[in-house]
Amino acid sequence: MAHFKKPEEGTWTEHLKVDTEPVSYADSTSPEHYELEREAIFKRTWLNVGRVEQIPRKGSYFTKELDAARTSVIVVRGTDGEVRAFHNVCRHRGNKLVWNDFPREETSGVCRQFTCKYHAWRYDLDGKLAFVQQEGEFFDLDKSDYGLKQVQAEVWEGFIFVNLDTENTTPLREYMGELGKGIEGYPFHKLTQVHKFRAEIGSNWKLFIDAFAEFYHAPILHSGQYMPDQARRIQKYGYEGLHYDIDGPHSMVSSWGGIAPPHDREMVKPIEAALRSGLFGPWDAPDIGMTTDELPPAVNPTRDPRWGMDSFVFFPNFMLLIWRPNWVLTYHYWPTSYNTHIFEGTCYFVPPKNAFERLQQELAAVSFKEYGLQDGNTLEATQTMLESGTVDRFPLNDQEVLLRHLHRSAEERVRDHQRRTSGAPAAS
Amino acid sequence: MASAFPEGFEALDPFVDWAVPTEKARYTKRITSTMDELDAFYDVAFPLLKSGTAYLEKTSMEGISEPDKRLLWLFCSLVTVAFSVEAWRQPRVPDSGPSAIDAIVEPAV
Repeated sequence: MAHFKKPEEGTWTEHLKVDTEPVSYADSTSPEHYELEREAIFKRTWLNVGRVEQIPRKGSYFTKELDAARTSVIVVRGTDGEVRAFHNVCRHRGNKLVWNDFPREETSGVCRQFTCKYHAWRYDLDGKLAFVQQEGEFFDLDKSDYGLKQVQAEVWEGFIFVNLDTENTTPLREYMGELGKGIEGYPFHKLTQVHKFRAEIGSNWKLFIDAFAEFYHAPILHSGQYMPDQARRIQKYGYEGLHYDIDGPHSMVSSWGGIAPPHDREMVKPIEAALRSGLFGPWDAPDIGMTTDELPPAVNPTRDPRWGMDSFVFFPNFMLLIWRPNWVLTYHYWPTSYNTHIFEGTCYFVPPKNAFERLQQELAAVSFKEYGLQDGNTLEATQTMLESGTVDRFPLNDQEVLLRHLHRSAEERVRDHQRRTSGAPAAS
Repeated sequence: MASAFPEGFEALDPFVDWAVPTEKARYTKRITSTMDELDAFYDVAFPLLKSGTAYLEKTSMEGISEPDKRLLWLFCSLVTVAFSVEAWRQPRVPDSGPSAIDAIVEPAV
């Protein structure tokens, strides 16, 4: 029996006009398909690479490795306060311009100019080539021809995005669509206490999004995280979303409240009862300047009193989770091959006023990690068996509608790209 | 010898090596400990977390003292150890094999 009302069509999947056939996952097991995704998706879509708080001052910068798009970018706040992004490559001999110790590792800092380690070519914060060592030795070198290659960069609600497609004409805000618009005004800028986790995952990038875009798995895979009576109760109950929505390639699921705080203290582990916190966050929500009722319209879209959290998937690889106790979690999935990716999970809290609040946040962050470790290893187990190719038809249920949508959106992009490139005249 | 911790938390002195400032090091210490070691730490620290709540709520993060920092880091260790003691009954997350998720950005204290 359904605990929460479904749309008139009877199912979310049919309501959102998504097909109901079994899926094959052939898009997650082939190096050739991954190469198509790199071209069709990662080289030509807005990608979230960080937050404005990471570059608070003029000259603050960070680098981001975008292996899926075969590049690294420098994101920097200029002397005019603007956020800009550049390909991280020196125009002289192609050395990576900004890195420390390990060329493939990301870095950050503050500087007045970027200086290449190789021959000391220097670039202003707005990318202009400012200094060439022994300039007179070059042949008619016009420095204005050799500035850093700029990348489109725009900011939505404090989240910095880049788009590597030089021909992109879609502004970020338009790309974020109705779901993005419906989140605008959420006080992300007040959530400046950051815990960021990173993991190397042995699966295709889409499979981890699949894992976090449905909660059907939670009562089973994570049952050991609950007290035994509670685990039995949750398994019997199963999982149903409050609401699902799709907007272009993006999507969201709105979920009920879980245990923050629980109705019955017997439901939670002793550490959770002692700290009044857990996976859903500290039970005592800090002041963010608005009540739950006043949250922007796409957050808790049904205004259900049982609401606990919303999980948004912004295509291709940015997930934003807004929790009722006024904190936020983001996930990013950065492919490194068809069957590996880097996962980043970042918790954003209101800075704690005292040591107890700090511990409440630690428990929420570490709970996320414990759950993530269970998810991450399951993914490697899934990837290896999908690659065996022994089964190629997998049924998905109505609570897994966002998975279908993600894979379909990715495949559409690949098909469109193939259509565009096959129709183009051959290079001479 | 003076306690490493604030007044009232002296019983934690034998566990001062759990006052570890980073999440990655705390988790590493957890998974390289035995369940006996984790239980011994938990059995002493958990009651002090419960009885120490009012003290912790009074302890401002601004200008936090060295003994209070140590206390906070030790209780951060207790948070991760609690998963082994209360849920898994083993140091590692079950079925987590060689996988790792490490904090790469976290508060200084």
